[in-house]
Amino acid sequence: MNDFRYFRIDQFPEFLKQLMQSGYRVIAPTIDQEAIVYAEIQSIDDMPQGYTDEQKPGYYRLQHTGNQRFFDYAVGPHSWKRYLFPPLQLISTSIKSQDGWTFEDHVDEGEPYAFLGVRACELAAMRIQDRVFLEGSYVDTNYQNRRNASFIVAVNCAVPSANCFCTSMNTGPKCKSGFDIALTELSDGFLMEIGSSLGNEMVTPLGFPSATEEQLTESESISDHATEQIKKTMDTTDLRNRLMGQLEHSHWKEVADRCLSCTNCTMVCPTCFCSHVEEVPDLNQERVDRRKSWDSCFNPGFSKLHGTPVRNDTRSRYRQWLTHKLATWHDQFGESGCVGCGRCITWCPVGIDLTVEVAALCEEEP
Amino acid sequence: MTQGTSAPTANSAWKLHEIRLVSRKKEIPIVETFEFEFVDSAVGQQYVARAGQFNMLYIPGYGEAAISTSGVSQNTGNIVHTIRQAGNVTNAIFRLELGQTLGCRGPYGNGWPLRDFEEKHLILIGGGIGMAPLRSVIESLRQSGWSFSKVTILIGGRSPDSLLYSAEYDQWRSSGFEVLTTVDHSTTGWQGNIGVVPSLLDRIELSDPNAAIVMCCGPEVMMNYSALAAIERGIPEDQIFFSLERHMNCAIGHCGRCQLGSYFLCTNGPVFRYNQVKELMKIPEL
Ligand SMILES: Cc1cc2nc3c(=O)[nH]c(=O)nc-3n(C[C@H](O)[C@H](O)[C@H](O)COP(=O)(O)OP(=O)(O)OC[C@H]3O[C@@H](n4cnc5c(N)ncnc54)[C@H](O)[C@@H]3O)c2cc1C
Ligand code: SF4
Ligand code: SF4
Ligand code: SF4
Ligand code: FES
Repeated sequence: MNDFRYFRIDQFPEFLKQLMQSGYRVIAPTIDQEAIVYAEIQSIDDMPQGYTDEQKPGYYRLQHTGNQRFFDYAVGPHSWKRYLFPPLQLISTSIKSQDGWTFEDHVDEGEPYAFLGVRACELAAMRIQDRVFLEGSYVDTNYQNRRNASFIVAVNCAVPSANCFCTSMNTGPKCKSGFDIALTELSDGFLMEIGSSLGNEMVTPLGFPSATEEQLTESESISDHATEQIKKTMDTTDLRNRLMGQLEHSHWKEVADRCLSCTNCTMVCPTCFCSHVEEVPDLNQERVDRRKSWDSCFNPGFSKLHGTPVRNDTRSRYRQWLTHKLATWHDQFGESGCVGCGRCITWCPVGIDLTVEVAALCEEEP
Repeated sequence: MTQGTSAPTANSAWKLHEIRLVSRKKEIPIVETFEFEFVDSAVGQQYVARAGQFNMLYIPGYGEAAISTSGVSQNTGNIVHTIRQAGNVTNAIFRLELGQTLGCRGPYGNGWPLRDFEEKHLILIGGGIGMAPLRSVIESLRQSGWSFSKVTILIGGRSPDSLLYSAEYDQWRSSGFEVLTTVDHSTTGWQGNIGVVPSLLDRIELSDPNAAIVMCCGPEVMMNYSALAAIERGIPEDQIFFSLERHMNCAIGHCGRCQLGSYFLCTNGPVFRYNQVKELMKIPEL
């Protein structure tokens, strides 16, 4: 049984200060271009207060609530993957020598980041990327260093968006594990669940009192209420096999006619891990950096073989995306590649909703 | 949050080694065999590649290409690669002069499970540059001392001058291997077969199809027809092996590029049993 403590809203700065004094750079929700994004903060004033978000397929708007609450919105376009698996990473540098080249691996020791406001679905996404980068045949040691250097302050969702379906994917809205600390925003303060010894070391000096029965009950009812508010569902029963049996379904073509192949869904997805490496020479070609950046199965060049893409149309690329997330991921990593965060639905310019497409694809052809 | 047990300091998954070009030999038009030595001989001594595995060869400014091991130099233990000039990276490799260095990481991939094939009748089927990984099989068989009931090598090319390793066929025959060739288009003086490689399968003597192992590497159509011809001759599907090709970027299962259905070709392959991939290969653009 984890330890539960409580602090008042006006003690929130103390908690933040403690994170910073322990050497962490705090990354938290901020507002940029009218969306919640994760960026470094210096004080709680940098965090949005009194906001919620309205999300629909292809739609995202922030709204004022008139209250002073910190976390009454769901996830925005950013995910923590941009810190653990950054969009652009240096891999190695080649230095010209007399008879060719020598090579230096780039070591990323990992910035000490405290991630503040990690939702349940995002904790699940981190575990999924761990399987890819840490638990396969090869370990990405830079990813491991970044992961090990981070401190995770999770937040239990109180107000899901209309695109959230973590309940179907069994990942949320309540945080169960994978955090150092998990907060629930109560009416007058925060319930704090301590999930690791690191978390315990962090909060002990603060001397926050143990939570009362009432506070625990209030937290439970907030999570229960959040669960009830989630209306979007996906039937995951035998989904892997149902989808893999429909690889030639006519509905793929129907989605492809709407899909722009813009890659948005893969860029915002917290589990997508694809990348490619580019050569970046300096001006006199004496040093060449190798840089890894995010890639997407929606890019035609992604599957290029002998000059032509193997997946040569939007239909086959959309099929790769959806079957990878929901079907072949199970074979590769023993679980679904989708955590139900709804980002791909919200940020799809034409509002394609995978839960709707899955339902259509699983219907037998007439 | 701490994940994983150790805290390694080097990003070993991408670790490049310097290798030096020590010799090169023209095989057929736009294909040459290159011999490389590790600049750090200690790395070279530890390097062991199985037949069917591949290296990522790297020329800064151009990038990396997946290249199969085509054998090991018997005199020096150096790595040998047969490379077809196909684009950016391979062109840059062809511009290298003897003594120049480049990058190499590997070996990657599963390779052929040769050990499981002892006492079997091995049938190797190669088309074009697809003979490159099969040459390392042939080398391994000649050096291994394991016993095989028979080894048959079927080689196809567009024309007689595009048959890879033709200067070595007599050596292979003297090791007791059966070597048959065929070309799509003959030229004057060609006495051999004309037609596609799978058709050679119909002609070979096969005493016990259940004890035969087929290993194919070449264009996918060629491999698919070879599998059908082999099945026609009674060889069980799970005794037919393909070495598949997809574009590879990381070779370590991290970049997602080489996926075919549930497989990452770089770590789960490139060698697969026919029954593992036949359904996937039937679906266009998967
Ligand atoms: C496991 C494995 C083993 C392999 N083993 C070998 C081997 O032993 N030997 C070997 O030679 N190859 C081998 N290959 C193939 C080799 O990796 C590829 O040919 C690789 O793409 C070569 O890289 P490149 O940069 O030279 O060519 P790329 O630049 O990748 O070009 C490859 C193809 O794309 C075409 N192309 C390039 N640029 C363009 C353009 N702008 N527009 C249109 N078409 C274009 C080229 O004509 C060529 O057909 C192997 C591949 C795999 C996956
Ligand atoms: S596929 Fe969509 S809903 Fe699922 S994890 Fe990715 S972005 Fe979230
Ligand atoms: S869905 Fe596409 S971009 Fe995402 S991990 Fe799978 S192959 Fe990569
Ligand atoms: S999907 Fe669930 S856990 Fe994620 S933001 Fe929405 S409600 Fe919270
Ligand atoms: S080449 Fe990157 S996953 Fe296989």
